[in-house]
Parts: sequence; C-alpha cells; structure tokens
Amino acid sequence: MGTVAVRGLRKSFGKVQALDGVTLDIPDGSFFVVLGPSGAGKTTTLRAIAGLEQLDAGSVHLDGRDATGDSPAARDLAMVFQNYALYPRHTAYENIASPLRARRCSSSEIAAAVERMSSLLHIEGLLQRRPAQLSGGEMQRVALARALVRHPRAFLMDEPLTNLDLKLRVEMRTELTRIHRSLGATFVYVTNDQVEALSMADQVAVLREGKVQQVGTPAEVYERPANQWVAGFVGSPPISLLACHAEGDRLVGAEGWTLPRPRWTTAEDGRPLLLGLRAEDLSVEQRGDASLPGELYGLEPLGDRTVVDVRVGTQILKVKARTTVTGTPGERLLVTVDLDRAHLFDAGTGLALSEAGR
Amino acid sequence: MALSVDEAVSTGPAGDHTPPSRRFGGRGRAVLEVALLTVLAVVMLFPVLWMIETSIKENRDVYAIPAKFFDFKVTMEHFKDVFVASGGGRSTLSASFLNSVLVAGVSTALATVLGVPAAWAYSRFAVKAKKDQLFFILSTRFMPPVVVVIPIFLMYRQVGLIDTKLGLILIYTAFNVPFTIWMMKGFVDEVPAEYEDAAMLDGYTRLQAFRRFTLPLLLPGIAATAVFALIFSWNEFVFAIFLTSSDDVRTAPPAIAGLIGGTTVDWGLVAAASVVFALPVLVFAYLVRKHLVAGVTLGAVRR
Ligand SMILES: Nc1ncnc2c1ncn2[C@@H]1O[C@H](COP(=O)(O)OP(=O)(O)O)[C@@H](O)[C@H]1O
Ligand SMILES: [Mg+2]
Repeated sequence: MGTVAVRGLRKSFGKVQALDGVTLDIPDGSFFVVLGPSGAGKTTTLRAIAGLEQLDAGSVHLDGRDATGDSPAARDLAMVFQNYALYPRHTAYENIASPLRARRCSSSEIAAAVERMSSLLHIEGLLQRRPAQLSGGEMQRVALARALVRHPRAFLMDEPLTNLDLKLRVEMRTELTRIHRSLGATFVYVTNDQVEALSMADQVAVLREGKVQQVGTPAEVYERPANQWVAGFVGSPPISLLACHAEGDRLVGAEGWTLPRPRWTTAEDGRPLLLGLRAEDLSVEQRGDASLPGELYGLEPLGDRTVVDVRVGTQILKVKARTTVTGTPGERLLVTVDLDRAHLFDAGTGLALSEAGR
Repeated sequence: MALSVDEAVSTGPAGDHTPPSRRFGGRGRAVLEVALLTVLAVVMLFPVLWMIETSIKENRDVYAIPAKFFDFKVTMEHFKDVFVASGGGRSTLSASFLNSVLVAGVSTALATVLGVPAAWAYSRFAVKAKKDQLFFILSTRFMPPVVVVIPIFLMYRQVGLIDTKLGLILIYTAFNVPFTIWMMKGFVDEVPAEYEDAAMLDGYTRLQAFRRFTLPLLLPGIAATAVFALIFSWNEFVFAIFLTSSDDVRTAPPAIAGLIGGTTVDWGLVAAASVVFALPVLVFAYLVRKHLVAGVTLGAVRR
C-alpha cells in the first residue's frame, strides 16, 4: 500500500503564502506529478508530505492514517532532493547504504541491496567516490539509488532531472518511468517542466502560487485546461489567447475578425471571452470554413516542424506547420482554425467555459 | 577583532584597481609601505623581544644601565624560578598556571557544549523573535568586564562563589557562550539543512542527523571558536583579580601582576613567567591559524 493524501495544506513564510489550501489524493502505485512554475510551492508540498515542514494548517494522510504529527523517519518515505543532498563526507556506497544503516539492517543485506541498486542505475564503478568526485548526472543517480534502496510507502522526488543536461534528462525520463513500472510503487514527482509532466505522469496536479489549479491525467490537463493559466502553462509553444465575445452564431474578436461559434459554447452574447488556440490546431496550409486573416510575422524552424508566427490585429498566433512552409514577413495569409479543439475562457475569471456539450 | 584589522589592511591595496603609478608613483609607494610596516613591526614586536631577552638574562644584566641588547649572559634560572619554589617544591606561580589551565579549559569546554547546540537551533529552527534573541545574546558582550564586575562580586559573595575556581569557570563560560553562539551560527548556516532532512528521511532522528551528518562538518569551526574562547579565558584579568584572592585559586594573569609592586621587582621572573604564559596561546593560534582566518571571515561576513 502507498496512498498519500493531503488536506487543506497551508504554510506561509513571513509574507509569502507558499501553500494556500493544497488538497491532493495520490492513489497507490501511481506516478503523480506536481507541476508548477518556480515558486509555486511544489517543494514545500513535498516537504510537508515528508514531515520536514511545520504546517500552519492541514493534514497529511498516509495509507489512510493521519500522519500529520509524525516524524519524517516514522512516515516511511524516501525523497530525492532537488540539489541531491548527498552527504559530502561519505562515499557513494555509504550514501546509498544510509537508509538501511539507519534502520539497522545487517551489513550483508546492505551490501546486497547497494549492489542491486548500483547495477540498476549503472553506477557500479562509482561506489567508492565522494559526491565532490561525481558529475551532476552521477550524483543524481546516487541520490536516486539512496531513495530506491528501501521499499518505502512512497517516493518523493523534487525536480530530480532539472539540473541535468537535455540528453541525460530525456534518457532518465525513460529510465524513471521504467523503474516506476517495475517497482509498482507510488511516486510523487515534482517538476516545472510540462513536457516531463505530460510524458511521465499517470496524474498531474498543476500548482500555482500555493493553489491547485487542476488535477487530471496528462491528456485531461492538456485537452481540457481548467483555466486560462493552465492552458498557458501546459503546452509548447504556448497556447494563443484571443479576446472575443459571442454574437448570435458567431464569435467576434476584439480585433474585428469573426469565426463560427462552436456548437458547445454556452456563453451568453456579449460576455468577454478568451479564445484559446493551440499551435497544432491552427494551420496556414489547409483551407477550412473557419479562418482568421493575419500577416506573417516570423518563422521559427525547429527541425521537425516550423512554428509560424502570425500577427492577427495586435496579437501573435503560434501556428505549427511543416518545415517546407515559406513566406516573407508582412505577407497576408489566412489561419485556419480547428474550432472543435478550441478552448473558451471567461475573460474575467479565467475559468474554462463548461464543455459539457462537447 | 585584531584579525579583521589585518584583513582590512591587506585587502585595501588588492581591491584597488587604479594603477599605482598614476596615484603615487609605484616605487615610491612600495617603499613608503615597507617603511611604515617596518616601523609598525618594530613598535609592536619590541616589547615582546625585550620580554624574551629579559627572561634569559642574568639579574646583573637585567638591571644594567645602559641596557644591554646583545652582550649579556644567558641563564635559565628565571624559568626554573617560575616552576620551583626557592626552598624546593612547587612554586605558587606554577600553581597559578595549573589553575589557568583548569579554568580556561573547563570554561571553554562548557561554552562549546552549550553554545554549539544553541547555534544549531538558532540556525535551523523557526524561533520566535529570533533576531531579537540573537541581539540580546550579543548585547551581553557589549559591557566591558570592569562595568559588571562589582555586581558580579556582590552576587558571588551571596552564593559563596568568591575566591573559587568554579566561580571563575562560570563567569568565563557566561562570557564565552554568546560568542560561541554567534560564531557557530555562521558555520551552521553554511552547512545545508538538506543533509539533516535527508538523514531524517533515511530514518534517523533529528538529533542523530545532527550528530552524524552536520557535526563532523562543523568541527573546523568548533576548533576555531574554541580557540578564541580559550584565549579569552586564558588572558582574562579583571574578573580574575576581583573575584579571587588566595594563591591556590588565582590564575596566572593576576599572579604575574602580583609579582610587580613589592619593594623590589624581580623583572627576570616576571619576564620568564610572561613568556611561559604567552606560549600556549601562540602554539594554539599557530595550530589552527587556517581555521582562524576561515572562522573569522565566515562568522563575521555572514549575517
Ligand atoms: N524556508 C523558506 N523561507 C522563506 N521562504 C520560503 C522558504 N521556502 C520556500 N519559501 C517561499 O515559498 C514559496 C514556495 O517555495 P517552493 O515550495 O520552494 O516553490 P517551488 O519548489 O515550487 O519552486 C516561494 O515563494 C519561496 O520563496
Ligand atoms: Mg522547488
């Protein structure tokens, strides 16, 4: 078993409200990602679960039992810290062995477990080195081994891949997913990288300024963002947002354009809205009945595709296109919109309009 | 602190990026610097040199007029007198030295044992009005000993601590604890709190985590701090002279001072006792000199 639940966590540091009523239910065996920008309160959430932070309010439940006052040791969790926190005077071997030493395992058990971990993470040759003699990627593996060497209730990981270079990061993503699948344990994984969240998670909780914005599968968070902010944070290139309002069966943009009103919109006429359009739901190559007039602003070739920046009124739309696309800045063109995949938000509250009719 | 003055002097020219030639003329400035430093060194070191000379001169040469700088007979008699009484057996001075060792050692150990955990707690935990508390702790050092010695004397008389080694140990500890807390807080701040967090998740208690993972990293800082505390207790004069009177309690500073002021002063003995008194401090300071500089810069620059 390894369910983790937090209820109404609140924590302030002086004037900063780091956690403002965070509630999460993390199912047993899931790869649960907490996604948010720097300063959102992700680390504080993990530390609260681990028992390292004195909370202002709220409770932590492990396997259904209230563990709010328990010491970190009693919670039976393992954590990978953002800066690894490897003991500087100890060798990699001693670092990995530490959780077993603390729990008084015999030295033969320890040797066997460390060996198992070091072959799993390919660090057999590094065991006698100290942290100062390891590269970032190697330290990261040792920190991971120190966490994985036990079989705790759940693993807490604080941006474990953020400090690695891109190639290693992509490799480790796959490796972590593989480890999670083979262990079947609960992972609570914190990141500010939405690609990591979308590619690794069973469930994602999006956090902003100490408040949970949305919880759901990666597909749900991407396809049905709960509000304008989540839509903007998840997805690359970022979603384009256009001010508009409904008028009969048309959507009328503040810049003067009109589009057919999506069938599922419930907004009354005249209410200020934001139309969210993802780059892949726009096209400069196909023709459709729903299109926006604009002019070419720039091209960003990304290798496998090109992002076309199109100026519509005063705003820039990001449009995904094939690498063969060409054009000169200032050239007039039409952007075709896949309205079935568009998002509408209330411009005042930022909340997504009900999509029940979709 | 004397060391910070040294640093200020040495960093001045280094941090000055104007080419010296344009300001002073490079050669002239260097010559002036060397000359000034030489004068300073002579003025500072002459009394020390004179003390050492006097301690190894025969009495006849000690009192010779004009004074003899080079051409004197060397003797170790004065040093023998420091330790051996004239009739044989241990001298009262040697007893004072033993008292000094005991008082300075025990008070330093107590200050370290009390101050290091306190510094750790101030560094790691959310303490109410932490800044005010730390300022209060430091403020106990604002008063020079002469100001507080009278009330302390009266209090000690009430509780029977006058003229006891325990009394001196307690007052030195009280003076060294604030200093230890401030120095050590700087060192503890330097050690990431995550080591202890990680250790607690490994399964250790908070105290085990401190002892096993943080304390070893603090040892250089503790050594530097303890040496400062030791030097303070070893050199302390005002409390020692006011709060003690009998020979078997007195520490070395008032005992040496007591040699001066009779009808005749045995300067050779005074000088030899002073040399013996100065040696341990020099040796300690030399042993931990690297940590001393690190300690001062860390402890002082941070916060
Ligand atoms: N120990 C602390 N003291 C003061 N402020 C803190 C402390 N820890 C976190 N904060 C503040 O709380 C907010 C959330 O921090 P954190 O949980 O570390 O964010 P994240 O991990 O999402 O980047 C930030 O504004 C941060 O500055
Ligand atoms: Mg963080």
